[in-house]
Amino acid sequence: MQIYLPIAEVSVNAFLLLGLGGMVGVLSGMFGVGGGFLMTPLLFFIGIPPAVAVATEANQIVASSFSGVLAHLRRKTVDLKMGTVLLIGGLAGAALGVAVFNYLKSLGQVDLLVKLCYVLFLGIIGSLMFVESLNAIRKTKSGKPPARKKHNWVHGLPFKMRFRTSGLYISVIPPLIVGVFVGVLAAIMGVGGGFIMVPAMIYLLGMPTKVVVGTSLFQIIFVTGFTTLLHATTNYTVDMVLAVLLLVGGVIGAQFGTVIGAKLKAEQLRILLALMVLVVCGKLALDLLIQPSELFSIGATGGH
Amino acid sequence: MRWLCVLLALIAAPLQAEEVVLGLSQDEVAITTNFDGSEITLYGAIKREKPIPDDNPLQIIVTISGPLEPVTVRRKDQRLGIWVNVDSLSVSAAPSFYAIGTSAPWDEVINEADDLRHTISIPRAIRSVGAWSQVDDPQEFIDALIRIRMNNNSYALKENAVELRDSTLFTTSIQMPANLTEGDYATRIFLTRGGKVISTYETSIDVRKVGLERWLFNLSRQQPLLYGLLSLAIAIAAGWGASAAFRVLRSG
Repeated sequence: MQIYLPIAEVSVNAFLLLGLGGMVGVLSGMFGVGGGFLMTPLLFFIGIPPAVAVATEANQIVASSFSGVLAHLRRKTVDLKMGTVLLIGGLAGAALGVAVFNYLKSLGQVDLLVKLCYVLFLGIIGSLMFVESLNAIRKTKSGKPPARKKHNWVHGLPFKMRFRTSGLYISVIPPLIVGVFVGVLAAIMGVGGGFIMVPAMIYLLGMPTKVVVGTSLFQIIFVTGFTTLLHATTNYTVDMVLAVLLLVGGVIGAQFGTVIGAKLKAEQLRILLALMVLVVCGKLALDLLIQPSELFSIGATGGH
Repeated sequence: MRWLCVLLALIAAPLQAEEVVLGLSQDEVAITTNFDGSEITLYGAIKREKPIPDDNPLQIIVTISGPLEPVTVRRKDQRLGIWVNVDSLSVSAAPSFYAIGTSAPWDEVINEADDLRHTISIPRAIRSVGAWSQVDDPQEFIDALIRIRMNNNSYALKENAVELRDSTLFTTSIQMPANLTEGDYATRIFLTRGGKVISTYETSIDVRKVGLERWLFNLSRQQPLLYGLLSLAIAIAAGWGASAAFRVLRSG
């Protein structure tokens, strides 16, 4: 069934969009990532204009994250205090990111920089997580308990705060910096930023994996909501019909994802996420390295 | 009496010997939620006061053009091992959609001078002012623009697609793809003999979003903040709804 999207001005198959939304929703619920880093390239691929894809994806992430965070709230796996600290950083970062994005756009190479950002961050994070979780699995198998670093440089900073749900007593500076950093990247790359925040929370802040997912979803809702409003009011690129189709699939998928995620072990969850991140990274890197069949591309001349 | 003849000749001179009378299967295209492209059928007749001249056969060209808009064509090249956009050409005006139907092979229906004067062929319909100052080989960029748009059915040249009977009645149909932009689609009919345009006829087809599509589009442009908030409200409601539904399902 073909559906005409009023803002994107293209006609696409409604079931394809529902399916994509559902698939990404499952991943969102499982890993606590918004799924934007998968969905945005997929939307490009089915012919949605990039500007519309990025803006609408932000809106869809709000829905799937909201659905996911409710499930986590009931299981009390959301650290609201930590989430709020991350959020303050995130909103500042998103505003900064939009400014950086517009500056890069004026230089005319924003596409390349976005892709390079993806390859770089997905590559580094994917490999680190993969190696780490592989080691963790090996250690559990050999009987030794997984060693978690109790103290690193993060614990030496001032402005300490107690985060009960996470069982942490650390300075607010690292979570704030993580928030800003994720906010900037989220605005530039058009994603929720969960795939960067989740590893940062685990490895940098030392938060327990089970709390990390719900907390990152909590932060993502607000940052992507803010981004949606920014896009809707400045670029008019949020397509409500596209968003509704994606989120109907997405919210259902997220519920299944949360159930599946609760059944898997933390190490298995991490190794799966790592593999997925590496696959997306590899695909994007190949696109940059292999000669495209069509060297030319058509873009709208900036009318906004 | 002689003066009367001169006067009559003066009045008659601007009138063309052969004229088009056109009918359209529809003069507006409504973009609805399940819009999946459209086919417009044009049919018409040639009105003439004198017998059919028998020097050169009459030919017909039909064009439908979407609204003109500026576009940027970018070219990739390999730099440090990766493929990046290296140069670009800003085309001042290119139609978002352009379809041509002719009654005979292109070379037989129009000569180059008249094509240039009436901007009929696809390359003529694209206006690129100052292209040479932007890149060394603007033609490659223009060719690429046409190639890409022909591949996604935005541009089409269909030779022999116009059926002409007894140099008097003609009919053709033009496919419009699903990815149409809104606007007035200029529809032109050219009558030619021996490659020269002898008569033209112009009308327009109105392509408009209707219903929900219209409402959403207007809201997003006129009340962007409200539109954004509505999008968020729908997203949150859907997220909450699914979560609540699943809880009921699992407990029940």
